[in-house]
Amino acid sequence: MAKLRQCAIYGKGGIGKSTTTQNLVSALAESGKKVMIVGCDPKADSTRLILHSKAQTSVMQLAAEAGSVEDLELEDVMNVGFGGVKCVESGGPEPGVGCAGRGVITAINFLEEEGAYDEELDFVFYDVLGDVVCGGFAMPIRENKAQEIYIVCSGEMMAMYAANNIAKGIVKYANSGGVRLAGLICNSRNTDREDELIMALADKLGTQMIHFVPRHNVVQHAEIRRMTVVEYDPTHAQADEYRALAQKIVDNKKFVIPTPIEMEALEELLMEFGIMEVEDTSIIGKTAAELAAAAAAA
Amino acid sequence: MQAAEKIKPCFPLFRDDDYKGMISRKREKFEEAPAKDKVAETFAWTTTKEYQDLNFKREALTINPAKACQPLGSALCSLGFHKTLVYIHGSQGCIAYFRTYFNRHFKEPIAIIADSMTEDAAVFGGQKNIHEGLANAKALYGAEMIAMSTTCIAEVIGDDLNAFIGNARKEGHVPEDFPIPFAHTPSFVGSHVTGWDNMEEGILRYFTLNSMEGKEPGKNGKINLIPGFETYLGNFRVMKRYMKEMGVDYTMLSDPEEVLDTPADGEFRMYAGGTTQDEVKDAPNAHTTFLLQPLSLGKTQKFVETTWNHEVPKLHIPMGVEWTDEFLMKVSEVTGKPIPASIQLERGRLVDMMTDSHAWLHGKKMALFGDPDFTLGMAKVLMEFGIEPTHIVCNNGGKKWEKAMKKVLESSPYGASAKTYPGADLWHLRSLCFTDKPDYIIGSSYGKYIQRDTFHKGPEFEVPLIRIGFPIFDRHHLHRMTTLGYEGAMYILTTLTNTVLERLDDQTRGMGTTDYNHDLVR
Repeated sequence: MAKLRQCAIYGKGGIGKSTTTQNLVSALAESGKKVMIVGCDPKADSTRLILHSKAQTSVMQLAAEAGSVEDLELEDVMNVGFGGVKCVESGGPEPGVGCAGRGVITAINFLEEEGAYDEELDFVFYDVLGDVVCGGFAMPIRENKAQEIYIVCSGEMMAMYAANNIAKGIVKYANSGGVRLAGLICNSRNTDREDELIMALADKLGTQMIHFVPRHNVVQHAEIRRMTVVEYDPTHAQADEYRALAQKIVDNKKFVIPTPIEMEALEELLMEFGIMEVEDTSIIGKTAAELAAAAAAA
Repeated sequence: MQAAEKIKPCFPLFRDDDYKGMISRKREKFEEAPAKDKVAETFAWTTTKEYQDLNFKREALTINPAKACQPLGSALCSLGFHKTLVYIHGSQGCIAYFRTYFNRHFKEPIAIIADSMTEDAAVFGGQKNIHEGLANAKALYGAEMIAMSTTCIAEVIGDDLNAFIGNARKEGHVPEDFPIPFAHTPSFVGSHVTGWDNMEEGILRYFTLNSMEGKEPGKNGKINLIPGFETYLGNFRVMKRYMKEMGVDYTMLSDPEEVLDTPADGEFRMYAGGTTQDEVKDAPNAHTTFLLQPLSLGKTQKFVETTWNHEVPKLHIPMGVEWTDEFLMKVSEVTGKPIPASIQLERGRLVDMMTDSHAWLHGKKMALFGDPDFTLGMAKVLMEFGIEPTHIVCNNGGKKWEKAMKKVLESSPYGASAKTYPGADLWHLRSLCFTDKPDYIIGSSYGKYIQRDTFHKGPEFEVPLIRIGFPIFDRHHLHRMTTLGYEGAMYILTTLTNTVLERLDDQTRGMGTTDYNHDLVR
């Protein structure tokens, strides 16, 4: 078999990482690839569309019940869903307590020790929480883990801002190891000239927009049924989009150390595409009264 | 009052009337202590079966755990390598604890450095500490290798040693080719034996993983010995002696025997002895690798089997007659070297000693606590001596330990009444010593509180502690003794027999009452 490829998916919260990952993985599975998804998010919603479940019982949940991770077996934490996709959720504490990052570290260590990364696998996808907020969420891109990183983004300012930040994080790890940025996945929000914008951003980051996933309601329809589009309506054009993305990832050869840009350069890019207006520095710090007075004087 | 001519230490000083008065006034006025009869009543309740049942239902609390944390193990492992500086990535307090723990046990200075993670390192990550720490350590301490492991703080924030060390090299804080093996050793996972295993694997990995070309088992004609978390220095010595007497060339992979026993001759030795880097690099060429604590070296074993292609012999810790036999015979089989007459003679002497003392040890009941392999080996030794192990507590033992232990206990009628308690602590053992009293407990110094408490109930309830294990803080030089091999069994036999006889003397000293049995000859 070919060497196992491990990929991490990052991106701003709410951008559609989990949905995109699961649809993409379904398409890979459909083409005969053996894939595992490791959800690295305390919300534990990275596998629900594959498993048709509300949320998979996570490693940390089971560990808390059993008393310790050492008391768990691999079959306790791993479920198999659509297309034979293996699913694991790291899980973590409730919001506001504990340390979710450590949960990710613990879960991935557990999977390695228990031999989850077996020789049959072609791909492992790590679906990682919004931002790389601490070292724990960088666990999937440590040496000997994910070597390819895909960033899901859209043409919205904050999504691009997050993508640039993630690129900064990747540089730290890329300089000392083999991890590389493999591309931006544009999950369309129907903003103006979105594809051009993301291509321009990709260009500045030294990478590529690997695929433009158009927006379509069928994704929602499938999600309501806890399914991926590929499974729910395999003949739909949207399913073909995910298949195209999957094929591009299979064929991908462009792995780079990203060149993140400064805030100013990012803003310039946004202005160029008319997403942000040119800043009027004369109004900064002026109250309404002051502005009115200034207008009257003029 | 203290007088300059005759200085009293705290005992007996605090038994003088002025101190007794002061202590009782303090108790009355400031301590808000419960009444003495209430304390006595509560104490009595904690000795009952009813309390024991509650005690064993305890879930969220450990009392006197009888285990230490991973970095303590990684430190001991690293100390066993030649001119190796033990570097722990974490805050000062943790590392002070490791140093102190070993100081108290070995009565030796222990060189372990920390990179002093503080609040800002916890927020921004510990990379800066590693960069500066490595540069300073390299410049100051003349080490030929730095072995790095971690504490909880670094693990919670997810510091990536591999990346940080790599960056330190790239940025020139430490030369590209300077050896820095490392291991992640979160304190909140496993115990000191896990940390030892992780560090050992890290060191073997560092020096051999990418240089396996041309290496094959048997090429150098040696065998490897991996001691595991071993604190009896005599155990290193006895193994070396056996190998020498057999004419077997060996590599001890982690050998802190010298650095933990340096002479007072006016010269401070920060490093002494230890396994060299060349020996580690050559280790894959050995016939095979013997694990002296097979239950506690899972990660190392996996590495040795998969990367070095060694067929690791399935043996037990070489304690007692039978398991030492098996060990030596396997060494002989692997190397083709016969077991010499000198070792056979030693075995014969041990069996003779066992027969001599058997009458005094037969049927004695002993509880036992300690590390997984130690308790397993000790249970085996006890049964060979005709002693009945009763309560066997292994706080860092899991299902694998329990299974192995039950199998051993089933192999002898002396094991019939023994019970195994994986994950239990010394407060559990305390209950058991009240409700189902053994004659003695065997374990580390921490067992002395059980002895005090059982004695407090009344002299006839006292369960004396026999100090074999780790740590031993309150007796001197026992760490120099031996527990492995025939020689180790002799030491254990001598210790147990004489404790039993001393106890008998204590009980038969009563003039005109029990001294009919205060015998000169035992």
